[in-house]
Amino acid sequence: MSNPDDFRTQMARGMASGAPQALALGFRFVSVSQGRGSIAVDWREDLVGDPDTQVIAGGVVTSLLDHTCGMAILSTQTQPFSTATLDLRIDYMRAAAPRAGVTAEAHCYKVTRSIAFVRAEAWDVDRGDLVATAQGAFVLNRPAA
Amino acid sequence: MTSPAERLETFLQRVPYIRFLGMQAELAGDEMTGVLPASDHLIGNTFIPALHGGVIGAFMEMTALAQLSVAEPARRMPKTIDVTIEYLRPGFGGRTSYARADLRKVGRRIANVHVEAWQDDRDKPFAALRGHFLLSSES
Repeated sequence: MSNPDDFRTQMARGMASGAPQALALGFRFVSVSQGRGSIAVDWREDLVGDPDTQVIAGGVVTSLLDHTCGMAILSTQTQPFSTATLDLRIDYMRAAAPRAGVTAEAHCYKVTRSIAFVRAEAWDVDRGDLVATAQGAFVLNRPAA
Repeated sequence: MTSPAERLETFLQRVPYIRFLGMQAELAGDEMTGVLPASDHLIGNTFIPALHGGVIGAFMEMTALAQLSVAEPARRMPKTIDVTIEYLRPGFGGRTSYARADLRKVGRRIANVHVEAWQDDRDKPFAALRGHFLLSSES
């Protein structure tokens, strides 16, 4: 692959909607750059976590944050590889707006030979008014050299 | 006054996302086990194949909320404040997963809950969750 940006975008797009869980939730690729990735999920009736408020379930946000972290890690690499989540801490600052989708952006700020460290944020309407933040560590399964 | 079984059934039936996951629960006395049957749409890694990390976290969070609904009658749905999810080994995509929640502390406003999830062997959990949940109606 000659152009690393093309490779990165292609891989990221594939990942955003590649896994069955990502397809089932309807993940949409938003953007990717070196060390950063962004994915969105639209509100859907079957993804509601609290029928009284019609707010999207926290579990959907968990999947979105985890997946977006994986994409941010992928964006630092020039070869395909898989990651396994080691731990993921999520703080929910507030409920998302009723019937609102959620967008997440993750930043992979450090990669060692075997571990990637990632922070992520999720918001519904306004990037400045976050719904959740996440911090995670991931194991890299690099292809054998 | 509703019974724990009725409260659990109400909780499972009311939440659309629980039906999306296909999650069920079994109740023995006041001890509940969350059950997540294998399903293709829960897969995150098709090569192993393994459950999506987010699904594993969501399943354990829902188990915590379900256990709280069993223990705490007539309260609104608790709000998740934070969760820390630890992944110990792959959750295999083709197997049924189970989870049990331990209510470490249920205070007036805040509950602290630990959850463990396993597949074939209860003594070999594949993931764990620790979380705080806001019980009162204030935000």
